[in-house]
Order: sequence, then structure tokens, then C-alpha cells
Amino acid sequence: MTDIIASLYVFMLAAFVGFEVIRRVSPLLHTPLMSLTNALDAIAVVGAIILAGEHKSGLATVLGTIAIVAATSNAVGGFLITDRMLKMFKASKTKKP
Amino acid sequence: MTTALVTDRAIQIIYLVSTALFVLSLKWLSAPSTARRGVRAGEVGMLLAICATLLYRGIVDYKWIAIALVLGAMIGVPLGRVAMTAVPQRTALSHALGALCVALVGTAEYYLRAPHVPPFMMAVLSMEVILGSLTFTGSLMAAGKLQEILPQRPMTYKGQNVVNLALLAIAVALAVLLVMDPGRTRLFPLIIAIPLVFGVLMIVPIGGADMPTVISLLNSYAGLSAAAMGFVLDSKLLIIAGALDGSSGFILSVIMSKAMNRSFTNVVFGAFGQVQAAAAGAEEARTVRSATAEEAASILGAANTVIVVPGYGMAVAQAQHKVREFYDALTRRGVDVKFAIHPVAGRMPGHMNVLLAEADIPYDKLLDMDAINPDFPQTDVALVIGANDVTNPAARNDTGSPIYGMPILDVDKAKTVMVIKRSMSPGFAGIDNPLYYLDKTLMLFGDAKAFVGEIVRELAGETRG
Repeated sequence: MTDIIASLYVFMLAAFVGFEVIRRVSPLLHTPLMSLTNALDAIAVVGAIILAGEHKSGLATVLGTIAIVAATSNAVGGFLITDRMLKMFKASKTKKP
Repeated sequence: MTTALVTDRAIQIIYLVSTALFVLSLKWLSAPSTARRGVRAGEVGMLLAICATLLYRGIVDYKWIAIALVLGAMIGVPLGRVAMTAVPQRTALSHALGALCVALVGTAEYYLRAPHVPPFMMAVLSMEVILGSLTFTGSLMAAGKLQEILPQRPMTYKGQNVVNLALLAIAVALAVLLVMDPGRTRLFPLIIAIPLVFGVLMIVPIGGADMPTVISLLNSYAGLSAAAMGFVLDSKLLIIAGALDGSSGFILSVIMSKAMNRSFTNVVFGAFGQVQAAAAGAEEARTVRSATAEEAASILGAANTVIVVPGYGMAVAQAQHKVREFYDALTRRGVDVKFAIHPVAGRMPGHMNVLLAEADIPYDKLLDMDAINPDFPQTDVALVIGANDVTNPAARNDTGSPIYGMPILDVDKAKTVMVIKRSMSPGFAGIDNPLYYLDKTLMLFGDAKAFVGEIVRELAGETRG
């Protein structure tokens, strides 16, 4: 039970940190923000890896394997497209002295 | 300490580092100058976490893990290389994939543990599976609509909200039964199936203009379901990543719903997308002034300040590169050109910025609504390209208008207004726009890309002549 309470604290604090950090993201970058958070969300892959690797049941292995595919494609695709988008954002050329 | 214990500690420490990198990743994303560093931090954090997980001693077989990782990467690369115009549907698709992963893991965990699942665990497990399933089908539907595989028009019927909420209530009630007795394994498939159906029905009444809000909301659900999965697996890393994603989606949903003047509950309960039947017929006799590209070019060429207002129509016409030529032509003449971006312009938050940045327009020329609105009264020409409702002055002064109260770009305060539009037919929401009937408004009828191209040619011709 103490574990659950500790986890709830972690969740609450992370949500507050998320609010504070994300509130500061310029509206200019809202699309990359969404694709980046999507990519980070793919960290669910760690749960899927354990599930697929532990081989506790046939069902768990199959579902875990599919879950790894889904999460990995999200991570790879998400980071790739976020970087591609951000590369395009350029400031006006300032005249060099 | 035994080796096993050392490994366990090492894994936990690496997860801690990954978590810090994730938070830094989002922090660095806040400004364009550091944003790419943010992506690097996220990538390193992800890679570290995956490598650490592979060290976990409970893993007995790596074959399927390896195959799945390679296959996932192979699917991910093309998903990362889609055209910028397809980013909204790609984003919806990635919400679906994230939710799929979470729902599958939740399902497997349930069958591994049942019937020995403590009540709190069963509750979060149910939440994980319900949110994951409805986000999966909901996001697929959204992606289908954005890709125009499915009809974009909202489909509504009487009692739609009642049916939807009833379905959700049934799923929650079944989850409660499972919490009371996790051994009721026959009920479990239902808390997958019902939310899957609910996800589809939830998106059926959504039209294109509501997509920015809906995508943000689905983003939030995907994050919350991942956080729930973190509780089930007792993974702080996952709880934090899910909480960050959830709060990001939540903030964006709030910004989007404010920009459409909808209360947040209105959005949460899926009451959006209702097309308000506009009072038709009353305005037929009003006249509009139209102009040719040549006339428009001579006014624009003589202006000192121009604000371009892009909307989804610009994206549909793929006009952003012509708009860039237009920007260059005017800038060369010493005209100050800026872009006014409404929060809900396009099909997802920030959509217009990405398209204009792709066309090489400097980001410091892209200004959001609050920053640019005070500039309109001192602006010679406001050029509206493919935007409609976000420029409608009725939102400011007509209490009877369905969009009354929605914050708009004050285009009508500019000295001259030009609107590029295919025809006089009203926009998506079917609401007439009084802006078009003002004396200072010139309607430029035609395809956005072709018309901007003509203006650019006229501007070039004038310089030479």
C-alpha cells in the first residue's frame, strides 16, 4: 500500500512539473510538442519488453510482442518527425556586422 | 550485494537518469533555439531505458523482443518521414499506436494476475485498459477523417450523447464489478470491447474544425493510460512519462477549447462538433467587392505593413510555398510582412506554424493571436488565405451568432482587408462572415495557390516595368 501512495505522489508531482514546463512552450512549437510527448510516451515499451521476454504465458508473449512493435514505431517515428519539424524553424537572417 | 541485486539497482539508476532527460527534453523544447537539443535528450533517455530493461534478469528469451524492436523501427521510419501536410493524421495515428501498446500490456497483465489482483490495482488496470482501448479506436477514426478516408462531415443523430455516455457508464460499472471481484474473468473482454466501440462513436460527430481540440484530448487520454500502466507495473519512469504526456495534452486541450470559446466540460463530454444551423437567407441582398490579382498586387505593393492570416484552406490548396514567394516579393520591396496565427487554425495545435516554417518563412514572423491583434489597426492590408471563422467579427459583436464570444483575429480593423476564397459559400461551420461585406474588404475569388501565384507575378512584373 505504501508503494501505491508513493506512486501517487510521483504522479502528482510529475503532473505539476509537466504543467509548469509545458505552459512555457511557445505556441509556435505546439505541433512538435505533441509529437515529442508522443515519442516519450512510447517509454511504455519497457513494460512490453519485460512482458514479451518473461514468457509467463503464450498470450502475454504475443500481446507483449505486438505492444513492442507499436511502441517502438512510435518512438522512432516520433523522434524523427519532431527533429525534421524543428530543423525547419529558422529565425530571420540577421545582418552580420 | 549479489550480482542480481547490483543489476537491479543499476537498472533503477538508469531509469532515474532517463526520467531526468525526459523532463529536460520538454524544458528545452520551450524555445526554437534549444528545441533540437530537447529531441536529443529524449532520444538518449529512451535508448538508455530500453538498454537497461534488456538487462532485466527476468527476461528468458530475447528472440521476440529483437524481432519486435526491428519491426517497430522499420514501421517507425516511414512514419517519421511523412509530408508535413500529413502531420495531423500521423499524430492521430501515433496516439492510436501508443494506446494500443498500453491496452495490450494491460490485458496481458490482467490474465497473468487474475484472480489475485488487489482492488486499487484492478481499478488502475481497468482505467488503463478502458482509456487505452477508446483512445485506440478514437485516434484511428480521427486519423481516418484527417486522411479523408472517412467523411470529414460530422455525423450526428438524436440522443447521440446519451448513447455514448451510457456506453461509457456501462464500461465503468463493469470495471467496478471487476474491482469487487477480479476473478470475474468473463467480464474483462467487455471492458475492452465497449470502450473500443465508444472510441468510434465518440469521433463520429466530430468535424474537421474541431480536430485540434480532439487530437489534444486524445493526446491527454493516451498519456493518462500510460501513467495508469505505470501504476500497474510499479514503474515510476512510466508514471512520470505518462503524467508529462497527459498534462501536455490537457494544456493543449484547454488552450484549444478557449480559442473556440467552449467550456472544458463541453469538450470532455463530447458535446462538440454539433453544427449549429445558421439562420440562412437573411443576408442574401448584401453585396461584396471583388478584385483581380493585378488590383490586389498594386495595393499590396504600395502598402507599408501587411499581415497574412493563413487557415486550413492554405494547407488544402498547398499554397504555403507560393505564400513564401509572396513574402519574399513584398519583403524585397521593403514591405513589413507578418503572419497572424489563430490557435485553432488548421487541424492540430501549431499546424500553420509547421507548414510556414517548412516553406522557409522565419519563425519570428509568425505571431500568435494575442501578440498580433494590437497591430491590426496600424496595418495597411490584412490578407486572409483560407481562413474563415477565426476572422469573423460576428464572434465579437453579434450575440446571436453561434460563434459569439470566440476570440478572433481582428482582421476587420486593418485599413484594407483582402480575402482569397473559392466562392461565397459559407465556411465549415456554415456561419456567414460579415467581414466579406465590409466596404474595405476586397474578395479575391479563386484557388489560394493559383491566386497568390498571380499576385507574385504581378508584383514581379511591376518591379521590372
